[in-house]
Amino acid sequence: MILGWLLAILIAGGIVAWPLARLHPLLSRSIALLAVTLDLVLVLYLAARDFGDGNTGTGWHQELDWNWIPQFGIHFHFGLDGLSLLLVLLTLFLAVVAVVVSWDDITTAVGFYHFNLLLIVAGILGVLLSLDLFLFYFSWELMLVPMYFLISIWGRERRVYAAIKFFLFTQLSGLLMLIALLALYFAHYRSTGIYTFEYQDLLGTQLSPQAAMWIMLGFLAAFAVKLPIFPFHTWLPDACSEASAATNLILASLMAVSAAYAMIRFLLPLFPDAVHTISPIMIVLAVIGILYSAILAFSQTNLMRLIAYASIGHLGFVMLGIFAGNALALRGAVMTIIAHAISIGALFLVAGSIEKRVHSREIESIGGLWDTVPRLSGVALVFALAALGLPGLGDFIGEFLILIGTYQAHIAVAAVAACGVLAATFYALRFVQCAFQGPNHHSWQLPDLAPREALILGVLMVVLLWLGLYPQPVFETLGQAANHAPALWR
Amino acid sequence: MLRLLWLVPAIPLVSALALAVLRLSQKAVAWLGTCSIAASSLISLLVSISFVNAPPVSGAYTQVLWRWFDVNGLRPEIALYLDPLSLIMMVVVAFVSFLIHLYSTEFMSGDDGFGRFFAYMNLFVGCMLTLILADNLLLLYLGWEGVGLCSYLLIGFWYRDPANGRAGRKAFIVTRAGDTAMVIGLFLLFHELGTLNIQDLMHRAALQWSIGSTGALAAAFLLLGGAVGKSAQLPLQTWLPDAMAGPTPVSALIHAATMVTAGVYLIARMHVIYSLAPQAQFAVAVIGAATLLMAGFSALTQHDLKRVLAYSTISQIGYMFLALGVGAWPAAIFHFMTHAFFKALLFLGAGIVIESLDGEHDIFRMGGLRKELPVAFWTFLIAGCSLAGLPLITAGAFSKDWIIWGAYSAANGSAGLWVVALGGVFLTALYTFRMIFLVFFGQKKSQVTRMPGPAMVVPCIILAFLSIAGGYVKTLFSNYLGTVLHWDSTVTHGVSFGENTSEAITSLVFLLGASLAYMLFLRRRQWAASMVSRPMGNLLHRFWLSDWGMDWLYDRIFVRPVVWMARIGKGDLVDVFYAGIGRLNEIAWRGMSRTQSGKLRWYAAAIAAGAIVLIGVVIFS
Repeated sequence: MILGWLLAILIAGGIVAWPLARLHPLLSRSIALLAVTLDLVLVLYLAARDFGDGNTGTGWHQELDWNWIPQFGIHFHFGLDGLSLLLVLLTLFLAVVAVVVSWDDITTAVGFYHFNLLLIVAGILGVLLSLDLFLFYFSWELMLVPMYFLISIWGRERRVYAAIKFFLFTQLSGLLMLIALLALYFAHYRSTGIYTFEYQDLLGTQLSPQAAMWIMLGFLAAFAVKLPIFPFHTWLPDACSEASAATNLILASLMAVSAAYAMIRFLLPLFPDAVHTISPIMIVLAVIGILYSAILAFSQTNLMRLIAYASIGHLGFVMLGIFAGNALALRGAVMTIIAHAISIGALFLVAGSIEKRVHSREIESIGGLWDTVPRLSGVALVFALAALGLPGLGDFIGEFLILIGTYQAHIAVAAVAACGVLAATFYALRFVQCAFQGPNHHSWQLPDLAPREALILGVLMVVLLWLGLYPQPVFETLGQAANHAPALWR
Repeated sequence: MLRLLWLVPAIPLVSALALAVLRLSQKAVAWLGTCSIAASSLISLLVSISFVNAPPVSGAYTQVLWRWFDVNGLRPEIALYLDPLSLIMMVVVAFVSFLIHLYSTEFMSGDDGFGRFFAYMNLFVGCMLTLILADNLLLLYLGWEGVGLCSYLLIGFWYRDPANGRAGRKAFIVTRAGDTAMVIGLFLLFHELGTLNIQDLMHRAALQWSIGSTGALAAAFLLLGGAVGKSAQLPLQTWLPDAMAGPTPVSALIHAATMVTAGVYLIARMHVIYSLAPQAQFAVAVIGAATLLMAGFSALTQHDLKRVLAYSTISQIGYMFLALGVGAWPAAIFHFMTHAFFKALLFLGAGIVIESLDGEHDIFRMGGLRKELPVAFWTFLIAGCSLAGLPLITAGAFSKDWIIWGAYSAANGSAGLWVVALGGVFLTALYTFRMIFLVFFGQKKSQVTRMPGPAMVVPCIILAFLSIAGGYVKTLFSNYLGTVLHWDSTVTHGVSFGENTSEAITSLVFLLGASLAYMLFLRRRQWAASMVSRPMGNLLHRFWLSDWGMDWLYDRIFVRPVVWMARIGKGDLVDVFYAGIGRLNEIAWRGMSRTQSGKLRWYAAAIAAGAIVLIGVVIFS
């Protein structure tokens, strides 16, 4: 029942927050903050109740199953296990961060902004919780239009171009998934005589290898674009360079969470053989993506674009972990999803803070900030170090597990991908050098971190450090993923 | 007492955090930053005393703090491991760090980054101690990357000058290139042996791998990659001379006494693997021998006082690698210790000299400082003699003699390596006394503007004492470390003369080098000048001055291609494809919208033409 409340609170909060902004923007913001915080508290309560005792449960820890459209076999079916719990927590945590960050940054159409924001979070939660593939698709598409608005209304100069590009990429790939989903639905009907979108039922669908491959590719298209992976990534840098910092946090961090989750939850268990067949290609693409994006990140002059390419590089590691076919690597992939969302998200926030002070995203026109905003600079340094995979911070654990797992199966791939970690050093250090070090040419006299910024970034830093030094709780929760998780969990 | 071990790395780490977060006055920073290291070295001393008095039954003490993570058989712990090897490293590092921190309180006073400096330095000490005490390779790697980070931060400490930032990035990236090999070595070890715990690895390697097996070879070479990066050995030595951009205490602590010897420690720690991979171990010896000669030649030509010392460091670590490579493990660690004392002292002395001359680095613009800076002169002289290996008295002579003897007599030793090591002694004496003569003797060329205070002088005197006294604990090393590192001083391999003969020859070579320096750089300066002015001499001089052209080479084969790729790839070539699709759509749209001209006769004609085509298709198909 609580699972239903999670979504209901977000959607209701969004609907209420929209008109309230007419009375006072503060009302709208407070409602949004209340909604996401309430959700976070609810999930924390669930986590403490069901996951605290260290039992290795076999089923879903929480389940909710209502008939929605029985004629078509569509259910309103939610389930929560260790994997989804972790990512739901992460999503809501970053959603709170996004609302708080938007507090000052968003001044126009405040109500509509929060409506869209909450709807996106609801969509992501729907993806993370759905056990009915129609409901899953519905949630997947629910994110799309609000995100389009977030980019095209609160973005920078070329926001319309960026928003349309985002929309076309995700919409087209989403359509491919819809076709694949329907094909799976009818294939299941043909072999069993039952119309159903139930995850549990579709798991055992008999498919010819060709059919499985084509259907799998349809799903993969949507997931690969949204993650995004090389060579379907070009919408992300464009979108990130135009959207606001909080939007980027959601766009790059949270959408990637939902796409990576969908691969682990749906792609691997539904089509194990087809995934196995295609995995060499995906592994090569992942490694190319890691190196390619590192070089491109190194060359960017727009801060947000730089971070976007850094994000693509980390997601290349996630892809590698998912398709390496190894338990260590897969767990590393989950760890990287979490750590990436925090460290890259934080870098976007840092870039937003810089932009707010110097009114530019161009790395060349910043420079020498350490003189005037040492705290902001120090914080940025920490997140840049997380991005380059410094041990002791969360990203390292994930990438190390991915690489050590990949090594068991593909030695050369692991070796080349390890060079990707080295390449990450190039852009991370360039970012630090160009933005913060060097002489203070502009004679900036800027205010250092405001209490709210310090609080947010400080919390994110503590979480990264915790993930880097004591990640065991994450792996334990993950170990409690349900039986239906990919065979590699066990 | 042993249970206090965790405090040794923890105190500097916590104080680093405190220094980074809190806003303190300069005085408070100095107290906190120095006292934390003092506390850490005091505890390390207490722990050591109790370890030596009542050694654990197994010969080592392990302290598990918490389990890092536990995933499918990979279960590293945050755990510390104390045995004679890590004990000696820990005590030396903690103590030298304390002295250099004390020195820094005065050296850095007035700098607007005072708090930042001590935060980085404390973080460094914490990471270095973690590296030394780590009981598994993953934790060691954490410390390893941590010290690399601090090195980067401290080289670029004066960040307003972009050149310093460049030097810092170069150091970080070059060492990380080595670390990439090392981390792949970690994957290999885990894959083959199923653990990352160092003692378990040694144990299993000995059981599973035969001598010269592929696994052992690959692992040894990959770890060697990390070691040559961190210890600035061939072919990754290019970062260390540039690292001198950092404040002088940083050069003393990180780039002379402690961090750069981490590679030596790693190989000594993993010595079982190297014993199983004779070719890799021989490579260590060859790298050491080649590096000590090359860096010695480069040191001869430098003008910058700190760069002379940097090349000297590279060269001395080459000796340590040579010792490791021939299998004289304790000799390498012994030389690490004496080198930590005298090289730290040389840098601290150089700091005093440079500071007193308002930041003058060029040794050709110094001179005659013997009278003006007596303490600096005497301590520098003692350290220089120790570096060059003044026989019978100085610590450096004891440790170097041992290595030279090992190069000949140890398991993998040979006459060739012995000769190279002797050549190194000659070069060392030559460049050391060149430096001493040019800086402290001859004519006065610059005015002394600042005298060192007690916080700078006291550490120098203590280190000068250690640069002499440190040599008399050799037996402790050979007996105590011998058990851990499986080394027996009485065993020699195919020698035709004894240790005393080798030492006598070494002394002779030292005298030769020192007197040549005396001739060239004190009595007959014009000789040196005329050698350089000849075409051949000039060419060699330039070649050695530029570190054998390796920077130039790396710039062309690594740096430029990456920068070039980045420049042409900036706009994301993949996007050209998508933009092309967009263009195509636009063209199609233009073409189609042309037909919407609003002219009725065009529409009628189009309808008629379409109808004819359709009818034609129906009839003729």
